Amino acid sequence: MGQRDITKERYSDGKPVLRRFHQARWDEPIIFELSRAGQRGILVPEVDEEIRARAGDVLATLPDGMRRKDPPALPELSQPQVVRHYARLSQENLGADLNVDIGQGTCTMKYSPKINDQLAANPKLLDLHPFQDEETVQGILEVMYRFEQILKEISGLDRFSLQPGAGSAAIYANVSIIRAYHEARGESKQRDEIITTIFSHPSNAACAKTAGYRVITLYPDDDGYPDLDALKAAVSERTAGLLITNPEDTGIYNPKIAEFVDIVHGAGGLCSYDQANANGVLGITRAREADFDLCHFNLHKTFSTPHGCGGPAVGATGVKEELARFLPVPLVEYDGDRYRLDYDLADSIGKVGSFHGVPAVVVKAYAWAMSLGADGLREVAGIAVLNNNYLLKKMLEIPGLSIPYAKGKRRIEQVRYSWEKLAEETGVHSEELGIRAADFGVHYWTSHHPFVVPEPCTLEPTESYSKDELDEYVAIIAHVAREAYTDPEIVKSAPHNSTVHTIEHEPFDDPSQWAVTWRAFRRKVGGD
Amino acid sequence: MTEAAGRCPKLGLIVNPVAGLGGRVGLKGSDGEEIQKRALELGAVPGAQGRAAQALERVSSIVNTDIITWPVEMGEDVAKRCGLDPTVVGSIEPGKTSAEDTRHAAAGMLQAGVDLLLFAGGDGTARDICGAVGSKVPVLGIPAGVKIHSAAFATTPLAAGDLASLYLQGRVSALREAEVIDIDEEALRRGDITVRLFGYLKVPFRTSLIQSLKSASGPGEKVAMQAIAATVVEVMEKGVLYIIGPGTTTREVMTGLGLGKTLVGVDVVEDGRIVASDANESQILSLIAGRRAVIVVTPIGGQGCIFGRGNQQISPEVIRRVGRENIIVVGTPGKLNTLAGRPLWVDTGDREVDGMLYGHYRVVTGYNEEAICRVSG
Repeated sequence: MGQRDITKERYSDGKPVLRRFHQARWDEPIIFELSRAGQRGILVPEVDEEIRARAGDVLATLPDGMRRKDPPALPELSQPQVVRHYARLSQENLGADLNVDIGQGTCTMKYSPKINDQLAANPKLLDLHPFQDEETVQGILEVMYRFEQILKEISGLDRFSLQPGAGSAAIYANVSIIRAYHEARGESKQRDEIITTIFSHPSNAACAKTAGYRVITLYPDDDGYPDLDALKAAVSERTAGLLITNPEDTGIYNPKIAEFVDIVHGAGGLCSYDQANANGVLGITRAREADFDLCHFNLHKTFSTPHGCGGPAVGATGVKEELARFLPVPLVEYDGDRYRLDYDLADSIGKVGSFHGVPAVVVKAYAWAMSLGADGLREVAGIAVLNNNYLLKKMLEIPGLSIPYAKGKRRIEQVRYSWEKLAEETGVHSEELGIRAADFGVHYWTSHHPFVVPEPCTLEPTESYSKDELDEYVAIIAHVAREAYTDPEIVKSAPHNSTVHTIEHEPFDDPSQWAVTWRAFRRKVGGD
Repeated sequence: MTEAAGRCPKLGLIVNPVAGLGGRVGLKGSDGEEIQKRALELGAVPGAQGRAAQALERVSSIVNTDIITWPVEMGEDVAKRCGLDPTVVGSIEPGKTSAEDTRHAAAGMLQAGVDLLLFAGGDGTARDICGAVGSKVPVLGIPAGVKIHSAAFATTPLAAGDLASLYLQGRVSALREAEVIDIDEEALRRGDITVRLFGYLKVPFRTSLIQSLKSASGPGEKVAMQAIAATVVEVMEKGVLYIIGPGTTTREVMTGLGLGKTLVGVDVVEDGRIVASDANESQILSLIAGRRAVIVVTPIGGQGCIFGRGNQQISPEVIRRVGRENIIVVGTPGKLNTLAGRPLWVDTGDREVDGMLYGHYRVVTGYNEEAICRVSG
């Protein structure tokens, strides 16, 4: 039997035959709703008579203050019910392992080799305990130390902490370091403002705010670059620092970034470079050369660890030598023979995560970086940018789509597109196109709020996808955009093959309606 | 109130038959009998019926409703054209309807207890409906007029149909206060633009379906306004007069102080107390004589004017005396976004004062949050 040519099956007469996707039609309830009193997953056997006789009532030794008054309000289910519950939930997903996942721009949804997951799942790592003596954990300390050296080379900065458990945690750590720096100089009261830009990742504004700073946001100039004149108007003796992303979420690289840093330095502030997504600049530009004082990398984006539904992550925080004394403790030190943990930083901002962060994520990132080597990391950036600009060219052939700002300039690793024209001509909105695309097994994300770019969609193809896969993605989006002109109803009533069709968005904007736990939900909507 | 509540929802329909007449023939609006006559002479074709029909067809294809409407060209015709069997109330003189009829019809819908009032028209129609029903009943505009500056309109007739259906089905429950803005057509024909904030209508809200270019105040906006108000109240000083301009954002400042606000007027506050409500220029000038005063203003959504449109009481002389350094500009990120990158602007009627106001400002956008915005002419 000859080999099947998949490409032929997907394309006929040069026209793509689109893959139809059909999600499992579960509408799985919340696990608490599945609970029935008395159901059990595990029945713990009674303690043997002999053990009971010798040990006595072990619970009697617990102090009264440590005893719960009521049993915990956990759901009560049998084991197979739990297995079915989570299997069904996973089938309601359109995750990275299931689709050409280039529509989740800014998230750097690259393929994360499964072998790196296996390394991280190795019992030699899993069975470690953070309280073990450092002499017995030399291996993981070595991995952490070596990975720090890689990040130092990539950024040009001098020390890194791997403790922050997310990108936002890293930004928060950086803001704390900025404050500690000004405190050490007796200026922290006076310097109460942090500057950022509207197209920087919103976590920058949020973290500065959480840390108690007044946040000053710069809007783009007419060409879509952060407005240098606005920055000049913003800096003062109250400026603590600048938190900025480059390239911004539009995919546009700010060519005046060094000037930005100079102006803020001139006002006495520090500059922190949000490199959560460094996929387009690995081995090409560095924080050091633009004179940044701090930076951070999301290992769960650029470093393929992967982006796990808000799961285990690391936001590696890096600083120049003169700020190293403020880093979270402990740092990993190496004396040429042994690795040890250094807690002895008098000016440290303290801990920003428990123990040493998430070593399993560091193992995956280290394995990924080592498998590529320095040249390979640079090639990642090259392919990611090439993929993005290929996709950009193909996407712009679709009627109704455009890109705002920076005319004639290429984009770096992602693009924020605008369907403004299509929406005006058809009444179909960007969000609806993205939802309709899910019927073909892909989707896209629009943008952070507010939508500064009208009718936005943000695509980031990374280095993981082949030309065929990018073509398939474009063919799907082109098909959906054509439907918007010829049969808008089918787009507006999508998705047709998913469990949940449309949801009302506006309550998500209203904190008084939020409930992030089951208990809070019950409290807000009634029940017991 | 809706299908979800287990009964057939009531939809009120009002068509302003002359809406949009003046647009294509270049008359910048359709207010007034004389203009409507001239528009027809110039070959204008009434388009409101068709646009209303598009929206109504969409609604009737999605949800079962009882339609309540006004006679002949004010809704009855459209409903019947869509194959519906409406309850027709009120009376008109066909071919000779006026703003008065719109106001009567709106009041009639309110009395009939409609769940949602859908109207086809422009800013003038929105103004008439707003005057008649205020925020007593949810309202949604089908864009059919020449001027569509108000935020009470859906983006297209089909979007109006979609949003009305979602609301009647109970799938959208959020309501927002939408600005009703009207431009003085007489002045516009002379080349002057005078924007007036007329009032607010309560409008169903779903981000992508509502006229987003002209400012919105959804649930998230409300929270942002409260955050702005908290910041302003925190920086208020004793013994200083605060001149509070019109708007929902500035109203939150007053609410934060436990005070009521003249929504489309200017109030003056000192030490947490109102010293003048709905003040005019001379009142303001006499209050601030020899005193330190601060102006709190918000840009008009979608346009970005901070002085000279809708707040002329804060005159060039008031601004000169208060001084640029004592102006607090407030606006939610959502509202700034409605400017689509355009700068804020001023047109006080006094070049020197305008010039003094140009340059970059810190606009309060949330609690301890500011944006740097440029003000131009």
